[in-house]
Formats: sequence, C-alpha cells, structure tokens
Amino acid sequence: MTKNIMIVGVGGQGSLLASKLLGRILLTAGYDVKVSEVHGMSQRGGSVVTYVRYGDKVYSPVIDKGEADYIVSFELLEAARYVEYLRPNGHIVVNTQQIDPMPVITGAAEYPTDLLAKMEASGAQVDAFDALAVAQEAGSAKAVNIALMGRLSRHFDFSQAQWETALEQCVPPKFIELNKKAFALGRNE
Amino acid sequence: MKQLMLGNQAFARGLYEAGCAVASSYPGTPSTEVTEEAAKYDEIYCEWAPNEKVAMEVAFGASMAGKRSFCGMKHVGLNVAADPLYTASYTGVNAGMVICVADDPGMHSSQNEQDSRHHAIASKVPMLEPSDSAETLDFVKRAYALSEEYDTPVIVKMCTRVSHCQSVVETGERVEYSKPYACDIGKYVMMPANAKKRHPLVEARTAKLTALAETDAFNRVERGGSDLGIITAGTSYLYAKEVFGDTASVLKLGMVNPLPVQLIRDFAASVKKVVVIEEMDPIIENHCRALGIEVTGKDVLPIVGEFSQNLIAEKLGLPAKDACALDAALPMRPPAMCSGCPHRGVFYTLNKNKCTVLGDIGCYTLGAVVPLSAMHMTLCMGASISALHGFNKALGDEVAGKTVAVIGDSTFMHSGMTGLANIAYNQSNSTVIILDNSITGMTGHQQNPTTGYNIKGDPAGKIDLESLCRAMGFRRVRVVDPYDLKATDRVLKEELAADEPSVIISRRPCVLLKYVKTNPPLAVDPEKCRGCRACMKLGCPSISFRDGKAHVDATLCTGCGVCSQLCAFGAFEGGETK
Repeated sequence: MTKNIMIVGVGGQGSLLASKLLGRILLTAGYDVKVSEVHGMSQRGGSVVTYVRYGDKVYSPVIDKGEADYIVSFELLEAARYVEYLRPNGHIVVNTQQIDPMPVITGAAEYPTDLLAKMEASGAQVDAFDALAVAQEAGSAKAVNIALMGRLSRHFDFSQAQWETALEQCVPPKFIELNKKAFALGRNE
Repeated sequence: MKQLMLGNQAFARGLYEAGCAVASSYPGTPSTEVTEEAAKYDEIYCEWAPNEKVAMEVAFGASMAGKRSFCGMKHVGLNVAADPLYTASYTGVNAGMVICVADDPGMHSSQNEQDSRHHAIASKVPMLEPSDSAETLDFVKRAYALSEEYDTPVIVKMCTRVSHCQSVVETGERVEYSKPYACDIGKYVMMPANAKKRHPLVEARTAKLTALAETDAFNRVERGGSDLGIITAGTSYLYAKEVFGDTASVLKLGMVNPLPVQLIRDFAASVKKVVVIEEMDPIIENHCRALGIEVTGKDVLPIVGEFSQNLIAEKLGLPAKDACALDAALPMRPPAMCSGCPHRGVFYTLNKNKCTVLGDIGCYTLGAVVPLSAMHMTLCMGASISALHGFNKALGDEVAGKTVAVIGDSTFMHSGMTGLANIAYNQSNSTVIILDNSITGMTGHQQNPTTGYNIKGDPAGKIDLESLCRAMGFRRVRVVDPYDLKATDRVLKEELAADEPSVIISRRPCVLLKYVKTNPPLAVDPEKCRGCRACMKLGCPSISFRDGKAHVDATLCTGCGVCSQLCAFGAFEGGETK
C-alpha cells in the first residue's frame, strides 16, 4: 500500500531539505520512494508543493485529490489550499505563520479568517503550531522545515536516533546541532 | 548502492557511465540539472553555450571528432536547435551523440506546451522516453550504443515529472569510449550532391529502427487482464499503472520514434478494447488509427495539460476518491518578483511612464502581473528586440518615445544580439533595455557569457555589453542602477526622447546571488505613514497593508530602499537610503 505525504508552502521556504530527509529515512527503511517537486517559475514566491510517496512499489510521481495521508504545511493559507488532497481523516501538520500572497498585498483579496476551524470541519485532523517560534528557539528561523519534520515524525515508527542519523546524512556538519535541536523541539514539545 | 536521484541527475549519471566526454547546453526548466549534475564529473567537459543551436553544434563537432557527446535543452530550445538537428540526421555521427529535450506539459515554467515528439518524427531521429530515474540512466547508456550502431543522433525525451522526480537508481562504473576522427566529405559536407545521397540512408535507417522497435526491450508488454489493453509511454505509463495495476494489459513504449507496427497489431489483437494513454498530442493514437486499429484516446483524454491518476480514472469512467473538502474561497498565490529584485525599479518606472513594453523570457516576465503591469508581449527568447523594431516600423512617429524592449543579460546573449543588429542595420528609433542582473536567474543561477564565469564557477571569458552595443553602431548606450528610481526615470525619459536608437543597461546583480550583501530590513513608522499606498504600487512581497498602514515583513525585506524613495512622508526607516 502506497503512503502519501505532501509538503506545501511558499516558494523559498526550504521544503527541499524536508523532502530530502523524508526520502533518506524511507529509502533506508527499504521502501520504494518517489519525491517530486516543480522547479522554475512557480518557485518565485508562488505556492509550491512537494510529493513524497512510499510503499512496496510506487508508480505515479504525484499525489492526487483524496490521496494524501499527511500534509505538512509551512504556511497557514497553503495548508488550506491543499486540504482537498487529503483523504478523509488524513493529518495536517501546519505552521501557523501567515505570509500574504500578492492579491492580499495589492488589496484585491483578504487573507481568509478561521482557517484552522475550517480545516477541522473539512474532515482533516489538524495539528497546528508556531514552527517559526520553535525554529527561533532552536537558534534560527531557517530551521522551520526541520521543526515541522520533528512534529510529523510523531506519526511514524522511526526512533529519534534513526531520524538523527538521517539528518546527519542530509545536513552539513556545521548546521547539524541546530537542526537536531529544532527537530527535537518539534517532536517533543 | 541504491540511492534516490532526480531524473535529471540520473541522466547525468548515464552520461558519465557511458563515457560522454563533451556536453554543451543552454539552461531551461525542466532540463537544467542534467548539465549542472554532469559538470560535477571531472571526466566530462561541460559548458553553458549561448543558446541551444550553438550547444547542439558543439555536441555535433565533438561527435564528429570521435568523442561521445551531449547537448540538453527544454522543449522550446529544440526549436532553436532544430536547424542543426534536421541535418545532423542526414550526416549521422562518428562517436555517439545524445540530445536531452525536456517537455513541460501543464506549463509549470514555459510559454507553450509543445510536444517534442513532432521534432523527432520530422527530423527522422530516434527518440527514447523513460518513465523514471532508473530507466533514464539505462536509456541514456543505451542511446549511445544506438547512436553509433544506427549512425544517428538520439533524442532522450524527458518531462517535468521525470526530470524533477527523485526515484531509486543503482549506479555503475564509467566506461571510456572514443573513435578516431576520419575525414569523410561525402558524409559531413551537406551540400546538395552529398545530401541527396544521405537522404535515402536516413529512410533505410528508419526502416531498420522500426524493425528494432518490434522486438527490443525498450518496448514491453506487461500482461494483465485481457478486457482492457493500454498503449502508453513515459509518465502516462505510471499514471495508468497507478489506476489499473495488473487488471489491464499494458504495452509500454520506451522508444517513441519510430513506433512499432506488428507489436502494436499483436497487442491490440490480444485484448478486447485498446486505450491509448499519452500526454499532449495524439501521436501513438494516430499511428494506431493509421494501422486500422480502433482505439480510445483523445476522444476522452485531454490534449491540454498534465495527466494524473485521478484524471485518467475520471475520464475512463472510474469513481472519484473521497476527499476532505474545505468550505472557504482562498486567494491565489501566483509567483511574484522577489523582495529586493533589481527588475522591480525598472518595471515601476515603465508603468509610471505608461510605456508599451515588449518583453522576453526570464524572471522579469513577472513584470506583466499586477500591480507593475508593465509588459505587453512575451513570445520567445529574443523576440522583444526584433518585435520592437517591427512595432516601431509599423507605427513610426505614433509610438516614438513610448515603446521599449526589455530583455535579460542571458536572453540577450541567447538571441537578442541578432535583433539588436537588425535595429542597428535597418535603423528604427528603438529603445532597448537590457536587464543585466549578472546571471541566468529564472532557471536557478547559471553563468552566461556576460558574467565572466563558466559552469564550474571558474573565471572565463566575459563579453562587455557596452562595448558590444557600441561596436554594433549604437552611439547612445547608458548604464543605470535600477535601485535608483530617479536616475532610472531620468535616463528612460532621455533615451525615449532621443532621435536615434539607444540601449539602456539596467545593472544590479540578482539579490539571491550568494555574493550579494543585503541591507538590514526596513520598518514603517506608523506615526509617519499616512496610508497613501504609494509603496504598494511596487508589488513587493515584503510590504503589506495592515490597519490602514504599510507594514514591512522583516523576514523577507532585503533593505533595497526602493519603497522609501516613493514615500513622501519618510515613513520607512533603516536599510539604505538613496
């Protein structure tokens, strides 16, 4: 049975490292894995999505509506945008940070309100937290991605040691302590 | 060792293992990483060429010399390289020559949705289409053997979902390869007398390749149920397997030009119903119909856009999956110019001066969207300059002083220079703005002939834009800093007013370049901000409007100071002031 994880956010937020970490730990565990993302124009501050799929044999590189088991979102509005990709009772791990999209900046639209309640009403299981604050507590706002991965890791059977080994394989040595701290804070707080 | 590799990374690994010695490409999403990854292997000479035509000719020369060679490009790049391709089909190769072309169904980062298979058919060059990274690595290695055995360039067709999907591969060792160069005028000098002798060889080669397609492992039947038979290729194969698993029989085509005949007939005869599942144009489908085989295809599946498992399921009448449903209307989040992007000041100035702007391909195409809304045409690489000349010739004095072309440094090197030569030669009173951000930005920071560095980041030749324009005969060549709005506005007005053609070089390196030092973020003093929204006309992602006042997001702001130049009340504090 193929399992599906979507990582969503705003171009430039650092989803690459998050998907690399997931790919590494899942491949080490012996799964067939596919990780897909789109580079180029959409990365310039647009809505971006990465698909991570794993199982005995994975065919499609993308996750479609109603298929995601987990959505990890770097930003609140982006979590809401991809809710319909979630299967009923699927999980959303969401950073409560808000980044205004251009239509809101120009005044053509408002940033929607009550998104967390609406996501819960959609049939999703929502786990919302301030990942930016966790990352800053760990030492850098850039560690938001790993704080979110720490939070997601609660849903998997891998031990913290296994995650840390995978982190060591994905992160340059000078950033490893920062990332381990962000991961642990996200996982255990 | 098993590892996850992007399709493009696996392509580069295939080049390495096959003993490829020379690679020349022009960046283009989604093909760019093939050459970037190849450049990490010291055994392969890699370069960024000014455009795809040059790249293909470099690869051709290396092949003729006896080394396995490569050139890579996106689908529209193959249009630029079509000229050498169609005749390299006639000459054939010496050592193997492999071409990567990456299509972009769904247009994630492209100006059209063309299907590259048409070029393979028209140029009579074999084309392979892998579905994932492991197949990409395998196909690239086999493409070289095919190229040498059948004396032809071979195209390996990628697409966004293969190029930018990481999947599992197992790597092998590099095997060196070379052949001696042998003078052969009849083979390599394509003047009519020689080309007339080569064309029949091309036709005979296609017949031999068709015979190969009947039996070779590139094409395979996966036997499942006999009610439904699916003929498919590339990513469509993956979506079809996702939906139907082993319940249907599948003919997976790895060689998409030329297509087999008997294999398809036999497969169709073995099932009750045949469906052709292929993204974009109905090429396999039309081939089947020409063979008299009744198939379902584009009568139910779209020509437009990308496929997915749900799309195929829906179009073939399967029930939709249950999903969460959100009860809210959400604002879109389109891509936008980055905070601190040097292009912003130019487009703000063009908008303010109500210019008609003929644009080009790059990050700066985002100058077309609100609130900057300062681009009125984007066609293809280099078209801004040539089209401006045509526009001005057509309307003359009516538009003098109101129209400009904007083009990036890399795009200018790609195919803007010839348009500029046309203005210099045929003399239209045109104003061309070169947006020199000292890098190829949109595709993720590749060097180009104006940057002074090569693909490995080592010092290289550097073309001086000012000298180049002057050498073409432009007497008016101005350089401005687009962070300086007053100077930009003044120079634009002066050059539009001038009674001769001119070039404005807007020079400021891309703010995302590692060596660019940004300033501390600005902040708005709410006491001074009157809520006039003048700064909102910039469309800067760092500035939003909250409770009637401008607000700067300190995590995004690079302190470029452009907004503070627009504020009549001095409400922006910190950063750099000009």
